[in-house]
Amino acid sequence: MIPRLELRNICKRYPGVVANDDISMSIQPGEIHAVLGENGAGKSTLMKIIYGAAQADSGEIYCDGNLIEAHNPAVSRALGIEMVYQHFALFESVSVVENIALCVRNASDLESLAARIGELSERYGMPIDPHRRVHDLSVGERQRVEIIRCLLQAPKLLILDEPTSVLTPQAVVKLFETLRQLAAEGCSILYISHKLDEVQELCDFATVLRNGKVTGTARPKETTSLELARMMVGSKLPEMHVSPPLPSEKPVLEVRGLSVTARSPFGTDLKDVSFNVHGGEIVGLAGVSGNGQAELVALLSGERTHDRNDAIRICGTAAARLGPDERRKLGVAFVPEERLGRGAVPPHTLWENAVLTAHRFGTVRNGLVDRQKAGAFAKSIIDKFKVKANGPQSTAQSLSGGNLQKFIVGREIALQPKLLLVAQPTWGVDVGASAFIRQTLVDMSRAGAAVLVVSEELDELFEICDRLLVICQGRVSAPLVRTATDREEVGLLMTGLNGNNAIASGSGEFALED
Amino acid sequence: MRVGAPVVATVLTLIVGSIFFAALGHDPLATLHAFFVAPLNSMNGLSEWLLKASPLILIACGLAVGFRANVWNIGAEGQLIIGAIAASGVGLFWPDPESMLLLPLMFLAGMAAGMAWAAIPAFLRARMNTNEILVTLMLTYVATLLLSWLVHGPWRDPAGFNYPQTALLPVGAMLEPFDYSYRLNPSVFITMVAVVAMWLFTDRSFLGYKMSVSGAAPLAARYAGFRESAAVWIGLLAGGAAAGVAGMAEAAGPLGQLSPQISPGYGFAAIIVAFVGRLNAFGIVLGGLLMSLLFLGGEGVQMTLGLPSALTRIFQGVLLFFLLAADFFIFYRLRRVREKA
Repeated sequence: MIPRLELRNICKRYPGVVANDDISMSIQPGEIHAVLGENGAGKSTLMKIIYGAAQADSGEIYCDGNLIEAHNPAVSRALGIEMVYQHFALFESVSVVENIALCVRNASDLESLAARIGELSERYGMPIDPHRRVHDLSVGERQRVEIIRCLLQAPKLLILDEPTSVLTPQAVVKLFETLRQLAAEGCSILYISHKLDEVQELCDFATVLRNGKVTGTARPKETTSLELARMMVGSKLPEMHVSPPLPSEKPVLEVRGLSVTARSPFGTDLKDVSFNVHGGEIVGLAGVSGNGQAELVALLSGERTHDRNDAIRICGTAAARLGPDERRKLGVAFVPEERLGRGAVPPHTLWENAVLTAHRFGTVRNGLVDRQKAGAFAKSIIDKFKVKANGPQSTAQSLSGGNLQKFIVGREIALQPKLLLVAQPTWGVDVGASAFIRQTLVDMSRAGAAVLVVSEELDELFEICDRLLVICQGRVSAPLVRTATDREEVGLLMTGLNGNNAIASGSGEFALED
Repeated sequence: MRVGAPVVATVLTLIVGSIFFAALGHDPLATLHAFFVAPLNSMNGLSEWLLKASPLILIACGLAVGFRANVWNIGAEGQLIIGAIAASGVGLFWPDPESMLLLPLMFLAGMAAGMAWAAIPAFLRARMNTNEILVTLMLTYVATLLLSWLVHGPWRDPAGFNYPQTALLPVGAMLEPFDYSYRLNPSVFITMVAVVAMWLFTDRSFLGYKMSVSGAAPLAARYAGFRESAAVWIGLLAGGAAAGVAGMAEAAGPLGQLSPQISPGYGFAAIIVAFVGRLNAFGIVLGGLLMSLLFLGGEGVQMTLGLPSALTRIFQGVLLFFLLAADFFIFYRLRRVREKA
């Protein structure tokens, strides 16, 4: 059989790194093919090369047996290769059909396009109303828009980059059904992921990358996850040690009846949020993104303040009116979701970025920045967290997302906080480093710090948290003890389909999520 | 690359300048020589060069403090004029013209007035989020008209044959030149101090660090708890103070009185100097020397070759244009995109 897509000896270098080193692989028609690898393994580069968004330095790409000579995304689309990016490219203020019309050819008639969208979404079990505006859609629905946009071109090969990172467990199940149906109709699917369980469930074949090289191929359904993980990581996986929590008597963070209206039109109002975090425990906040996490986190960090000062208490002090710097004086440290531009200043060096929050820790003296201290501080973070960087002089923007995350987490932990707020601690961080970051969070809490982790990854929360809160449409659930709950219960709370909220939200936006 | 851009821009400006000269019927090489080399051939030329570079560098240092934090003070010209007015007011009307305190008082008056003028846009921006570019620019016209009213009206020299200018400042209110054959005076020391202070502030101080965070990543500044309003105030006041002092030094230095021609556009040219100098203290020194040479050369060719005085402004504009273009091509790449079928 002629493969749908064949790569021969693809090489791609960037200054200082070999992103792809002699990669060969082939994908058959109707096959669901996983590309597995840690962050920085070269997956994204390879996908860009396949899609034509980047050019290989050497090597050949064949589609249906024909060599692709001059490659670019337009050529890809003409050949029937479509890609769903991890970060969607949708215009939020216009409707689904208008968004799609922008990227399909001959889309003069919106009504007939809407009809085709309706038909496709029906056929593949992804119900979507073509006339709704994108900003009203949940993340899962937005992804459907992206996939339908691709399907309209009747693709022969569909590339999905980490498609489940933003979905609820229930939405993942739906997505997999759609993908299987597509594959059964002969469309090849290239599925990029670092989540082993998903790959094992969905994919027929897997190519594993590490450091830009193919380190193995496997039939995931017949391979244990341990073997796959070894191919990805190349060494033995670190084991997590989670000892029982030792909660302090008094809570370090108290939130009482916190309600706010969102500042942006697309934000979520918080409604009567109350919870505690004690020293010595890790509390997780689960939820599909866009349900009020951003607002809550900004209120906790002090980037946004609240008029009722005792709505938030930190170590007993009413703090809702305090700014970020004053809260840091109370012992707060914070790792934001956005690394570049919020947690770090992109064009600044790492030592300068160390000063950003560590200026009370000896890096500033008499109003002057002590470059040596700051450099040493940055160096110690780089060493301890194995940040891949050319020393404290490299700029934040030159680091990969995962490495910068390690640096920011390391910096905030070095501040020895009493309360550590962490949003998406391991987003885009590779398996080995994720385990290290999680272990560090656990160790911090066991040493007495209160840790609040906001994450969309249930696996992560279940791995490290002692108690779980679920946020949905701006409401925060009562705490669940990790050992007494399961993914099912949390998943239902995330979609607002639990007993209390079912009436409120069951008929609304989330009706399509189940 | 960032350092290379001003060099590329300067070279391109010279090429375009040559084309201009050729189009005006002059030998390009000879004109370039007359423009850029001849002015520096004498002691007087060197004195004038530094004299004109000094206010440019001083103001650019102040402005760059704000520019680094994305605070865009475009109204240094107005702040300079207000500084000159306040300093001259003190010099003209202080009861004891012999006082040793007169010059320091004028210095403080010029600085305070420039800061006060810059405080208006700072307050409006910090409190009401108005655009400081517009407010500073418009206040420049207010300052110009205020100066015009003063020298045409209440402060006009009664013995001045109706010229719109004040009486000459008393000797005790003047910055005495190093040598009476030339005009260069000790105000260059003020500029030198400002350059070092600006370097210390932007490169070494924590406050300067906070300002650069505000400029490069406002969300990170908020994350770290650095107040945006502090960056706005410091940025604008630094520019206002520098421009006000420059205004004082002009009035008490080469001019010796107030007239509508208090500044040949130093406040605006300093913006270009700040950018050519990459908002860096020592870069600004080089940028100021280049810009000063453009002023001098423009005057020179006006006198020797009869070329229009607008040439100076054209050179300034072309230089800024090429600088911004060079920056653009450092950060972006042009690519032909084929129309999709």
